[in-house]
Amino acid sequence: MAIWLDKNSRVVVQGLTGSQGQFYGLRNRDYGTNVVAGVNPKKAGTDVEGIPVYATVADAVKEAGANVSFVIVPARFAADATLEAAAAGIPLVVTVTEHIPAQDQARLYNKLKDEYPNTRLLGPNCAGILSPGKANIGFTPTEVAKEGPVGVVSRSGTLAYQALYELTAQGIGQTTCVGIGGDPVPGTSFIDVLAAFESDPETEAIVMIGEIGGTAEEEAAEYIKDHVTKPVITYIAGVTAPPGKKMGHAGAIITKGKGTAKAKMDALTAAGASVAQNPTEIGGLVAKALGL
Amino acid sequence: MDLFEYQGKQYFARYGIPVSPGDVADTVDEAVAVADRIGYPVVVKAQVQIGGRGKAGGIKLANNAEEVRQHAGNILGMDIRGHVVHRLWIEKASDIKEEYYASFTLDRSKKLHLGMLSAQGGVEIESVPDDKIAQIRVDPNIGLTEEMTREWVAAAGLPREAVEGAVDVLQKLYNAYVEGDASLVEINPLILRPDGGVHALDAKVSLDSAAAFRHEEWNEFVGLESRDEREREAEEKGLQYVGLDGSVGIIANGAGLAMSTVDIVNQVGGAPANFLDIGGGADADRMVDALTVINHDHNVKVIFINIFGGITRCDDVANGIVQAMQRVDLRSPLVVRLDGTNAKEGHAILDAHKSDKLIKQPDMLNAAKEAVSIAGGN
Repeated sequence: MAIWLDKNSRVVVQGLTGSQGQFYGLRNRDYGTNVVAGVNPKKAGTDVEGIPVYATVADAVKEAGANVSFVIVPARFAADATLEAAAAGIPLVVTVTEHIPAQDQARLYNKLKDEYPNTRLLGPNCAGILSPGKANIGFTPTEVAKEGPVGVVSRSGTLAYQALYELTAQGIGQTTCVGIGGDPVPGTSFIDVLAAFESDPETEAIVMIGEIGGTAEEEAAEYIKDHVTKPVITYIAGVTAPPGKKMGHAGAIITKGKGTAKAKMDALTAAGASVAQNPTEIGGLVAKALGL
Repeated sequence: MDLFEYQGKQYFARYGIPVSPGDVADTVDEAVAVADRIGYPVVVKAQVQIGGRGKAGGIKLANNAEEVRQHAGNILGMDIRGHVVHRLWIEKASDIKEEYYASFTLDRSKKLHLGMLSAQGGVEIESVPDDKIAQIRVDPNIGLTEEMTREWVAAAGLPREAVEGAVDVLQKLYNAYVEGDASLVEINPLILRPDGGVHALDAKVSLDSAAAFRHEEWNEFVGLESRDEREREAEEKGLQYVGLDGSVGIIANGAGLAMSTVDIVNQVGGAPANFLDIGGGADADRMVDALTVINHDHNVKVIFINIFGGITRCDDVANGIVQAMQRVDLRSPLVVRLDGTNAKEGHAILDAHKSDKLIKQPDMLNAAKEAVSIAGGN
């Protein structure tokens, strides 16, 4: 079983008619993802390689039965596009767009929470979600993944790919790989994903990849201690990052001594999770946890 | 983007927050001219983006032109913990009855805005006990109402005579934070004058660069930054770059992998020269830009390119590297590790151009070791 995304998911791509949206939308479809619609008010009635384009997400839901949205539009439109999907009743919205202003993210998060509690947002600024052998939304390279028993969750895209690669190289497959994104106000937290993997019968171990900035990893550590029975293998990037500098991701910054990799690694170790010292150790630690 | 105090005060003034009258000066003569214009006494303040200016002698009171001349002469060119003073802010000295602290930032854990207010201002906020700081969480879709602000000011224990002025400043400060797309606004100290007025004696503002597209007025803030030359060049080229002081140049795709690459180089005994996230679509032009920036760093002895293809395809990266090597006269060899989307095609392209300046390593750990060994360890 995978979490949140599988063969039954029917995906609408908001931004399918743009060059990035088309490239990744078609790439995701080639993998077997059920991409059923695109959205562009100016191009309604046309199609992209056979995928019908509708004026609104609501039309895509009504006409094509879409139940997941992949938002890949420029930053200044991305918050509104995400809200449009939520308002159309889409339960899972995957927003990969980077550089949405933090004030907009804060408004978006709280609006979703208050007005659309049944919509889960992955991102913004996330790599997407991949359930190997079933479906893929976003940027994750499927070549490095295979079906199996490990759930992966990561703020960073490339580090998630690296983890998939390390696991697959050890012959260990994955249930689902979830990107939660590198921005300051992610729609979905580590805890949400840990809870879903904990209750997924096919997930036997969890890989969690964090980085400097904020306290999401410390909060996840608390949750792991009290609620997660499956082995958790973690890696935290930014051990040697200088304080006060934004390390690429808008959320990856040590402010006033808070959000250091060391604090996160200490909290996770204390919670009983294994902590890899670099990404190449992830595969070995998971193999050990699974008794392979 | 972090603002200097004088820029922060210009920003505050735009949102109606009262600040002392003043102006900038880059020379001693300009400082005297500003002081003569606004009237004595004045405060001469070093414009550097680092705390502890006062203790370092970067803030001085001047009662007449002679004193302005003396202090300005001493402060201009002063090195305050690695920050050289190129500009002064000269402002009318204020009578201070009490000093407070006020700020807004994002509470990433609760996903709400966080306001902090203390009756104990004028000192580092970290040194103020938690029970002396009144916190308020603000839902961005509700905003900070006047009623909330009054309760907050009462909770902080500000005296009755400061209440009206503080409520007004705090509501304007919240507006400046939200409308102005700041990630931090901080007034320390926020002062109460003997005449009952409340105003900002200092200004610390960080702007969210992701919102620059809707703030044309930010153009005036650009320039004069106390920035690393390499960071300035990288920013002009649109690269995510942080300067470090080692000898292993680093190019990676994705912020997480770039951070991890810096870590692993340290872990195997090397010293990274930089963090550089080349981002999505690492085509030849982008690779040329990245290599150019690193090539200008004379501490660099080797460049470690660590790419995991997802949004970036490895064949594009390989082509970019090959073309960049033809366009940039590189001083250092490249150690390249490629994996992910179209990795096979990427490797084939690199194999056709293998040389002692272009070294391939199959995995991240061995690539890091090879790069560090070429750089000669630390």
